[in-house]
Amino acid sequence: MISGADTQIWQFRTPKQHILRWLGWFWLVALTVFCWNLMTEDTIWAFVADAPRQASDIGGRMLPPRWGYLNQLWQPLWDTLNIATLGTLIGVIIAIPVAFLAAGNTTPSRYFVRPVALLIIVTSRSINSLIWALLLVAIIGPGLLAGIIAIGLRSIGFVAKLLYEAIEEIDEKQVEAIRATGASGAQIIDYAIIPQILPAFWGISVFRWDINIRESTILGLVGAGGLGLQLQSSLSTLAWNQVTVIFLVILATVIVSEWVSAKVRQAVL
Amino acid sequence: MSGSVVYLILAINSVEVDWFRVYEGLERGWRFIQGFLTPDFSSRWQDIQIGLIESLTMTLTSTVAGVLVSVPIGIGAARNLAPAPVYMFCRSIITLSRSFQEIIIAILLVSMFGFGPFAGFLTLTFASIGFLSKLLAEDIEDCDSAQIDAIRASGARWWQVVNYAVQPQVMPRLIGLSLYRLDINFRESSVIGIVGAGGVGATLNTAIDRYEYDSAGAILIIIIAIVLVVEYSSSYIRRWVQ
Repeated sequence: MISGADTQIWQFRTPKQHILRWLGWFWLVALTVFCWNLMTEDTIWAFVADAPRQASDIGGRMLPPRWGYLNQLWQPLWDTLNIATLGTLIGVIIAIPVAFLAAGNTTPSRYFVRPVALLIIVTSRSINSLIWALLLVAIIGPGLLAGIIAIGLRSIGFVAKLLYEAIEEIDEKQVEAIRATGASGAQIIDYAIIPQILPAFWGISVFRWDINIRESTILGLVGAGGLGLQLQSSLSTLAWNQVTVIFLVILATVIVSEWVSAKVRQAVL
Repeated sequence: MSGSVVYLILAINSVEVDWFRVYEGLERGWRFIQGFLTPDFSSRWQDIQIGLIESLTMTLTSTVAGVLVSVPIGIGAARNLAPAPVYMFCRSIITLSRSFQEIIIAILLVSMFGFGPFAGFLTLTFASIGFLSKLLAEDIEDCDSAQIDAIRASGARWWQVVNYAVQPQVMPRLIGLSLYRLDINFRESSVIGIVGAGGVGATLNTAIDRYEYDSAGAILIIIIAIVLVVEYSSSYIRRWVQ
């Protein structure tokens, strides 16, 4: 007969693990509560309590949509598509050399060029395209050009990061085989590397184009042209029934671009 | 091919550029680059600090709230766990949350809840729900069904199946996704301030409007630094968890 007292009962975690996990969760909860208090310090709760009434009020103003406004939206829609497409084009063109300079196996210098290329990628990626647009509108003035450059600058980091990861994952044997034939550096890139990354390249570019369509619909809020400009003017005149129409146009555009990019990626991958 | 050439010509022609304005702006652009290289952290530090605290608190609270709401929705949107009506309902919530940009949601929520970080918190939470529940639901659907069958065969109820068969399989992924979303939420929290939803974006907007490029440069450098820290620490924790 084995007595209950001296048998060890199997446990999933050791007591130490148990305490550590408990402490971890405790800190997370404490930190969240602390942040919540800090954040809502200046919140006016009367406004929050009032929100359902505000929501139904705005909802009432949004419906029915003013469909006649649609006719004024075709030109901004065309502008939005151009911002996204031309911006993606600029971004991709700059991203290709940056990616080759950043990839560990193609960079000319690991200690000097590679960090610079990585810095370009990080800077471009951390700053949202709306902030790029804000800066560019202040610098070169409102209009489509600011939007195109903003989208381009934001796309460099995204495309270059994914592309250099693809370059680092290529099959080195093919590179060696081409090198063994006496090929120069440019020929190695042309015959050994590019064929391997081409499908990834098209996939990444179309993926970014799809994201850029979404982003370019709102760039106009800060003056960079496109649908956002109409959104801004409708919002500032409190024309909520026009806002509804714009939202629906944005929604339709996003759905179509997502469908197109899914089709293209299916075709190339 | 020729179609894309025609499109390019049409598109480039429809871009009207006021080259004189651009030329004038070049000097300002140069001043901005100088401001970026010699950032001024001190003269607007009070405003920057308030904006940063708003951004950071918004990021954490909205991620936590987003995860708490996403878990039930994610389970409901997994085909192998939820009955058809629940599945349809949860999927439509996900689609709704994913189809609109954070900025657009922020505009609506600011007009309902007033200016400030509370509207930003709601915006980021709403956006997190779509992202997290979708990926969580896909992960649950990819679960090893043998384990689910084994637990079910022992006579477990639905709740016990979720707890003993599904939860251990998806937990590392869920933690990874939450950290990834934390990263995204910080990036977004620095933008939605432009439409009044609190955070460092509002401070940045003001700095640029006042042509204080050295302060704007300082804010951008801080944003880049925090994004880097969050990104690297979250990818480190993710590797450690998985």
